Amino acid sequence: MSGTSTYVPKSAFARWFESRLPIVGLVHSSFIAYPTPRNLNYFWTFGAILTFMLAAQIVTGVVLAMHYVPNATMAFDSVDHIMRNVNYGWLMRYLHSNGASMFFFAVYFHMFRGIYYGSYKAPREVLWILGVIIYLLMMATAFMGYVLPWGMMSLAGATVITNLFTAIPLVGVSIAHWLWGGFAVGNPTLNRFFALHYLLPFMIVGVVVLHVWALHVAGQNNPDGVEVKNVERDTVAFTPYATIKDVFGLSVFLIVYAWFTFFIPLYLLDPDNSNMANPLVTPSHIVPEWYLLPFYAILRAIPDKLAGVIALFAAIALLAFLPWLDTSPVKSAKYRPLYRFFFWIFVVCCVGLGYLGSQEVSDRGTLVSRILAVGYFGFLLIVLPLLGLIEKTKPIPASIADAVLVKAAPAE
Amino acid sequence: MFRAHVSRERRGGKPPQAFNVHAKAFASGPGPAGNGSGVRLSTLAIESPNRRDFLFLATGAVGAVGAAAVVWPLIDQINPDASTLALSSVEVDTGAIAEGQIVTVKWRGGPVFIRHRTKKEIDEAVNTPLSELKDPQTDQERAPKPEWLIVVGVCTHLGCVPLGHEGPYDGWKCPCHGSIYDTSGRIRSGPAPLNLAVPEYAFLSDTKVKIG
Repeated sequence: MSGTSTYVPKSAFARWFESRLPIVGLVHSSFIAYPTPRNLNYFWTFGAILTFMLAAQIVTGVVLAMHYVPNATMAFDSVDHIMRNVNYGWLMRYLHSNGASMFFFAVYFHMFRGIYYGSYKAPREVLWILGVIIYLLMMATAFMGYVLPWGMMSLAGATVITNLFTAIPLVGVSIAHWLWGGFAVGNPTLNRFFALHYLLPFMIVGVVVLHVWALHVAGQNNPDGVEVKNVERDTVAFTPYATIKDVFGLSVFLIVYAWFTFFIPLYLLDPDNSNMANPLVTPSHIVPEWYLLPFYAILRAIPDKLAGVIALFAAIALLAFLPWLDTSPVKSAKYRPLYRFFFWIFVVCCVGLGYLGSQEVSDRGTLVSRILAVGYFGFLLIVLPLLGLIEKTKPIPASIADAVLVKAAPAE
Repeated sequence: MFRAHVSRERRGGKPPQAFNVHAKAFASGPGPAGNGSGVRLSTLAIESPNRRDFLFLATGAVGAVGAAAVVWPLIDQINPDASTLALSSVEVDTGAIAEGQIVTVKWRGGPVFIRHRTKKEIDEAVNTPLSELKDPQTDQERAPKPEWLIVVGVCTHLGCVPLGHEGPYDGWKCPCHGSIYDTSGRIRSGPAPLNLAVPEYAFLSDTKVKIG
């Protein structure tokens, strides 16, 4: 989607530079003149919030890496050293550990918004798949970061997640030994996880660039799910409209982030992780970080090891196929009453699985997990394809401008 | 691209004229070849495999082998290293382990359980019919010296360390996902697919065992 205005360099230097590297013009057309649908709501500010969080995690992470020691005998103490001795080390660590949670908090809003408003549908399939790839990279990065403090939970988490690969027939155990660099999670594992934890965020940056690129080719979806037809009528310029809205959304978000960081910095951490890793003991109740709990519950809901691991990975991989699982031509749930109903059931399934994943194994919990897991897969594999065939959708507005004007009409 | 045209013509799928246009364009470059006609060139080109094809394939093959030779060290470098492999056996004094006690020793970076079993525990393990087992194995296979059960202390589900003297069989119970093992370390219920592994070990004397 091309902008309505193009960059005109004002000074002689700007003209000289632009003709050699047109980067100012690129930024101008992408983030200043770029036309955004005029009906975007606050759920559309999470893209900017996520960009901020990625930058914040990289900055605090690079700082922490200057004091942290990726060695099994020293890692735990070096985190203590950061907390007690390094100037503002406590702040950097709490910003980083809570930042990971806030990052996922924002990405879940971003993803559910995409699902609610059908943002994955044509022509945004590639954009959506790039998003799923970012989500996968985020999970890998967060998981490896959780291992670095080398507490009891770090070790237990690393053990359970890497053991998922032992479910693969024949080569599974060899793959696990390869990942560990030994016969159990140990110093070689910690060392390589540190290297990868430093690398992956920059890979995320790369995919984010592609994600934004793909977004700017297709243009943003919007709450009404109709494409921009008339740039003059349907859109407003990115700056100042979207920029200011993003800044406000981000500011509110930062209040929550700061609340966690300064008032309840350990709320989301497991107390067991305050004990140094011991490979001869597993804590009595192990749980992953909250953002991975729904998938953990799916894993536990299935009594067979290989099937459980397949279900866990399928639960994530299926998201990439959403554009083709959903057969309805109407994008926004605003005009899809049945879809809206099932969407909220899907949300309940996800949150419910998350809660059950945090609880200890019990017969009742396993039963409910199974029901919710059926709900999760049922939504993706049965409800979405069927709804497109049977649902009677409400009439969609002819254009974004019409949708906005209808809303304003009662005043006239 | 040039090759593609040749093969298409050979299949007879495309009239030769189209090829000639291409060949002419190719031949019209500077040098003596520019004098040749399109027709003659096309006759030349279909004498395939020609030298160019051979060089192309041979270069590609050498390149692929070279790439593989570089990729393999990059993959293999994270496999268990020589120092890790060197630490693969441990000797334990079993004289100090009382009857009924389970001792955990560290072997290859992880736990090994040495269980001095009581008469009752041995009897329960021996008298379990194989039909009740998910991963059928007799107790005799797992513990040639019945009073000593030596198993790797890693749950075969996702690698947690099971807790001893727990669960309905008083064997082990995994705290992570609730797998239950009996007094022979065999899986009885829960998501784990296999019995606790029996490591390679040998009794060097009545009170000394070498694991690994």
